[in-house]
Amino acid sequence: MRSAKQQEIMAAFGLPVGALVVSLLVFGVFVAGLGNNPFTAYALMYTGGFGTWFSWQNTLQRAAPLILTALCTAIPARLGLVIIGGEGALVLGGLGAMIMAFHLPGSTPWMGQLAMALAGMVAGGLLILVAGALRHYRGVNETISSLLLTYIAIAVFNHLVEGPMRDPASLNKPSTAALTEAHMLGMLPGMEVHWGLVYGLLACVVVYVLMSRTVFGFAARMVGGNARAAQLSGLPIGRLVLTGCFLAGAAAGLAGMVEVAAVHGRANASLAVGYGYTGILVAFLARHHALAIIPVAVLLGGIGASGGLLQRRLGLPDATVLVLQGILFVVILASEGLRPRACQRTHAPTQSRQTLRERVQRLGRVAS
Amino acid sequence: MPYDCMLSRRALLRSAALTTAGLWAAALPVRAANPTVVGFIYVGPRDDFGYNQAHAQGAAAVAKMPGVKMIEEEKVPETLDVQKTMGSMITLDSATLLFPTSFGYFDPHVLKVATQYPKVTFLHAGGLYQEGKHPKNVCSYFGYIDEAQYIAGVVAGHTSRSGKLGFVAAKPIPQVLRNINAFTLGAQSAKPQTTTQVIFTGDWALPIKEAEATNSLVDQGIDVITCHVDSPKVVVETCERRGIFCSGYHASQAVLAPKGYLTGAEWNWEGVYTDFVKRFQAGEKLPNLARGGLKESMVRTSPYGAAVGEAARQQAEDVRAQLMAGTFVIFKGPLQSNTGTTVIPAGEQRIQTDLSLESMDWLVAGVIGSTK
Repeated sequence: MRSAKQQEIMAAFGLPVGALVVSLLVFGVFVAGLGNNPFTAYALMYTGGFGTWFSWQNTLQRAAPLILTALCTAIPARLGLVIIGGEGALVLGGLGAMIMAFHLPGSTPWMGQLAMALAGMVAGGLLILVAGALRHYRGVNETISSLLLTYIAIAVFNHLVEGPMRDPASLNKPSTAALTEAHMLGMLPGMEVHWGLVYGLLACVVVYVLMSRTVFGFAARMVGGNARAAQLSGLPIGRLVLTGCFLAGAAAGLAGMVEVAAVHGRANASLAVGYGYTGILVAFLARHHALAIIPVAVLLGGIGASGGLLQRRLGLPDATVLVLQGILFVVILASEGLRPRACQRTHAPTQSRQTLRERVQRLGRVAS
Repeated sequence: MPYDCMLSRRALLRSAALTTAGLWAAALPVRAANPTVVGFIYVGPRDDFGYNQAHAQGAAAVAKMPGVKMIEEEKVPETLDVQKTMGSMITLDSATLLFPTSFGYFDPHVLKVATQYPKVTFLHAGGLYQEGKHPKNVCSYFGYIDEAQYIAGVVAGHTSRSGKLGFVAAKPIPQVLRNINAFTLGAQSAKPQTTTQVIFTGDWALPIKEAEATNSLVDQGIDVITCHVDSPKVVVETCERRGIFCSGYHASQAVLAPKGYLTGAEWNWEGVYTDFVKRFQAGEKLPNLARGGLKESMVRTSPYGAAVGEAARQQAEDVRAQLMAGTFVIFKGPLQSNTGTTVIPAGEQRIQTDLSLESMDWLVAGVIGSTK
């Protein structure tokens, strides 16, 4: 008989890997249905995502923003909140970083980048903080409010970029003025991947430590597990919720700063291309575990990187990659049902089978 | 027999061997007989009945050329993704000529990748090349599609009964304003009192807003609508459903509106791209900046729909002949903006190559709408 601990480890690694294999099989059937050899497709996906040094860089580069935006959903999830406003926080983060850059023209690159990163994190953090505050003080559903706040954030962003902050020289693609070359984030030594990847990895480690090794993390998980019990234990639920939401938004805001400072060199509509939404998928696949986000983001980055090759060599439509992502999402979530009971209990004491809605309602009652 | 469906060991081995061979073959870069590998990259779906489809039609024409292997990738956003797609086409597919077709790919993405791969030629749709500032292996081209919009305007002006036209536009940027102005001036050349109501949706692909805009225009009594968005599909279909006329953009949407489709301003990327590729194969140096209109066959108009009357055809063909001969100027004084200022004084004219047209920030009198 295996011990509970062993079972848990088996489940933690075996289930995702098994789900991945099943997903690939289902995807193979889909590809075969389109009249292509599934093995050719697998081989192409491997080549495009992980087969060469170029492919690896491509994959890691695509994973970098996803790691940060995934944290925007993963951190509040530990508090029992479903936040899907990463896209808005990312856009505002990019905008905040750019505004800061305009006020620091003479700063040293290092100071300038630090200030931009902080400004981006504050801007993104404040947006999600609003969603958290609405949840806590007014009982507004945080999922809906964070999504709607994203629309507002993008509208404000577009207004500023196409109006007051527009560089008059950007005629047919409205943008802000450009960053100076010195303030741009460079590439990691020896590879074509920018520093955003390192920021993401560091953020994941920090969040992991915060969530599993500190009093704050313990309290936050307690709120997520049972808000009423947390309140009865005297935990400051409001402060925990607001802090968690701010940190979540800050992670996505940092992703926005990286997009501006490492890729575009200016803020324009190319910031809102869906990294925030893909981050939600990454967070759910990683089951909101900060360290698990890294491999999941790399996997999705690899799928994205290989999508091009599938299109070019097999003539498959772009949506093929989305189909695989969708299959993965469903299969991984379904595989949760196979998790041994003992493990479920260690992860979410007493509340494991309570539905999310009940949990949210409960939190709402506590809040009001 | 019960065991019929079982695979023999030999068959199993054979299929395993084939699979392995297939895996290797698929994983290797394309190396067959050294055709010129030409890569096309689109920002949206290649069957969008609009901007991307126009380019994809050009790509399809290139694919039919001898000695060419065409590869394409759709829905590539204007982020690092497009840099990686270009890099992937070059390193994994050995592409030597790339067509990154979205306007927003140019700066910083095309410029950066072009510096990394100096032996590859990049042909970008946008006409943004600056001598001395941008890498030499980058070429940028664009067409004066306002010429085709002017002709479409002539047709719309003749066909409209209410004298009220509609224009669904993405953003108030110079290219779009130039199209709105040319369309309106064309219509006013047919009937001077014609007005054009403009609605800006705010972005290039917002189907719901485009449908709402179209419906609200129809509700105002407008009976001909055209647009400048990435995919005119929704606008054209909505017009047809509401029983009014429409004029297309980017590609032909005639099949979507068999009754109401009048004509449309289209790109002729088939001609332009096959010409570029032919010259590239011959080892010719392509021009860094290529621009042209109807005369250079960079743009064209859709064939007239059944609803287009004789007078409209006659005047439209007359204008076309003058544009082809280079004797017609769309933007000439005296020209008033819709805010009452004189934008081109009497006696002056702005020919197509005039750089001041590239930073147009006004709408001509008769256009209802604001550039802000």
